Amino acid sequence: MEKIYAIETSNLSIHYGNFTAVKEVAMKVEKQKITAIIGPSGCGKSTLLRAFNRMNDFVPGCHITGELLLHGQNLYGKDIDPVEVRRKIGMVFQKPNPFPKSIYDNISWGAKINGFKGNMNELVEQSLRGAALWDEVKDKLQQSAYALSGGQQQRLCIARTIAIQPEIILMDEPASALDPISTLRIEELMQELKKNYTILIVTHNMQQAARVSDYTAMMMIDDQRSGGVIEFDDTKKIFTRPGDKRTEDYVTGRFG
Amino acid sequence: MNQQKDYFPEGDAFYASLRSRYRAAGIWQFIFLSALLAAIIALTALLYNVVDGAFGYIAYEYKKSPTEFTSTPINELTQEELLVILKDNLSAGAYKKLDTEQKMETRSQSDLLSLFMERLVRIDTKGTWSMTESLTRGAEIQAEVAEKYPKATLEFRSWLTPQFLVTPMSSRAEFAGVRTAILGSLWLVGIAILFALPIGTGAAIYLQEYAPKNWLTNIIQTNINNLAGVPSIVYGMLGLAVFVRVLETFTSGAMFGVTDSNGRTVLSAGLTMGILVLPLIIINAQEAIKAVPDSLRQAAYGVGATRWQTVWHHVLPNALPGILTGSILALSRALGETAPLIVVGASTFISLDPSSPFSKFTALPIQIYQWTTRAQSEFHAIAAGAIIVLLALLLTLNATAIMLRNRFQKRW
Repeated sequence: MEKIYAIETSNLSIHYGNFTAVKEVAMKVEKQKITAIIGPSGCGKSTLLRAFNRMNDFVPGCHITGELLLHGQNLYGKDIDPVEVRRKIGMVFQKPNPFPKSIYDNISWGAKINGFKGNMNELVEQSLRGAALWDEVKDKLQQSAYALSGGQQQRLCIARTIAIQPEIILMDEPASALDPISTLRIEELMQELKKNYTILIVTHNMQQAARVSDYTAMMMIDDQRSGGVIEFDDTKKIFTRPGDKRTEDYVTGRFG
Repeated sequence: MNQQKDYFPEGDAFYASLRSRYRAAGIWQFIFLSALLAAIIALTALLYNVVDGAFGYIAYEYKKSPTEFTSTPINELTQEELLVILKDNLSAGAYKKLDTEQKMETRSQSDLLSLFMERLVRIDTKGTWSMTESLTRGAEIQAEVAEKYPKATLEFRSWLTPQFLVTPMSSRAEFAGVRTAILGSLWLVGIAILFALPIGTGAAIYLQEYAPKNWLTNIIQTNINNLAGVPSIVYGMLGLAVFVRVLETFTSGAMFGVTDSNGRTVLSAGLTMGILVLPLIIINAQEAIKAVPDSLRQAAYGVGATRWQTVWHHVLPNALPGILTGSILALSRALGETAPLIVVGASTFISLDPSSPFSKFTALPIQIYQWTTRAQSEFHAIAAGAIIVLLALLLTLNATAIMLRNRFQKRW
């Protein structure tokens, strides 16, 4: 079967003013697979991830060079509105950040502002089911989202993201603030989600990358302190027969 | 590494050092407590001083005895009887003037009674005493009054009465009230807040959420901070030049068909106050907007919200309590400012309620200032009463604003 790529980058660099934070990334993200980005702290994983839905636009002085294509369309093209990009490429953040609203409104708000005309109750239920949260919250939809546990809040954030029907979901260390049981549930959920969505996940946790992802990109900083992808391959290969010595050192825990 | 251990005090030496640490902490704690006590003493002294002036003995004589006009005791006079007495004894001109201010027949019994006392009986105050004097030297005062003014009545009087709140200005302290001033102050604060709150909040949103951080916004920011410290009299000059003079057709109401006024209206003064509190509101709103966590903005952007939707649905509602706190401060400032009002042209003697933005006006601080500069001690007493009214009004307005804020502050 021929592989379909959702995102392709070539020569993608991200700069803060004169400083190049991420250098010359070339990677292809396969559709409906989970691609993990791993690497030591400060190597630009999150910066790279945020480039995919133009979240870096809000950082003063940040600009990118090179190409970032979604189905062949350059996301940084002149005719592309960043709001449209974020509508197609949703994001789950490191710390659960539900809106200070009810559970129901957390899901419905994104749909409402994007002009959703369907049945809102149905959408809320579907999204919560999709995030494996429905059974836990179906009787308290009007209660505050802040009353949920951390793990539930993070799944609510995932439900909020899938409610706007994106094509790709970016996850920035989604389980790093959660306990092991909540982490496990998020990981199980990701396996469900990849049937419909393409997922890109940044993680510190190498076991997590090994467990959940199909592909892994290994990032490392060079001597100019710019991050770059040094190896990008099947997850299995990265963790068993890495091609780069630095990757091997990192995944076997010898440094990092 | 292990030798470093020897440099730490152990045993008795440790306890000695611990004691000296606690001693230093105790001294600082005492200094902070003294600072708090000093503040409490200062505030108590202020309150005492005000209250002290607002109650106390008054010695007065009647210029004419009430019995010269009627045989009925004054407290039992009806509205009709009073009307007849006033009509018979006041000069025709004076009666007509009162009648045009408000129809005599429609005036209440208490209103007519005070007219009767003020215009016909005419109280002549011989002296007033503060509350402390009255309470501690009661007998001496009585003896003194009995000797100096044998015909005078000595009475313990509260200058702050319900009557004081609802009667307009009068040239006799005994009959003066703060009704006109209270209404003027309310109009003033209302106009100032209506003008400054939307503009200030808007400016703060733009500066915080939209404006790029560069040298130009830096200069603007610095200037806003500086403006908050500009003496209020300068704002008065600005108000005089801009609102009273240049924009006279607008502020006098000529533009809207009002013909009987000039630019020295409550609208001019309210706008001047608005400008005065604008920096305060902007700075507070900015702080409130800054305090909204970035994660919330990112969450909104993350589901495809535009900047405006993010600001309107998330940033503003979460910053609103803080913005309202700023407006409370602004409100207090506007209520208490005197200097700009004098410059803009508050009326010093006016007994007509302000009825529109184009009315002439006076305000509580102006009234207090006026009364304290008078030589007669009874005016100082009503000034003290007016200060209590001003403080009470301030508390009421602030309490209202705080209640409003708590309603918006829905905790999730």
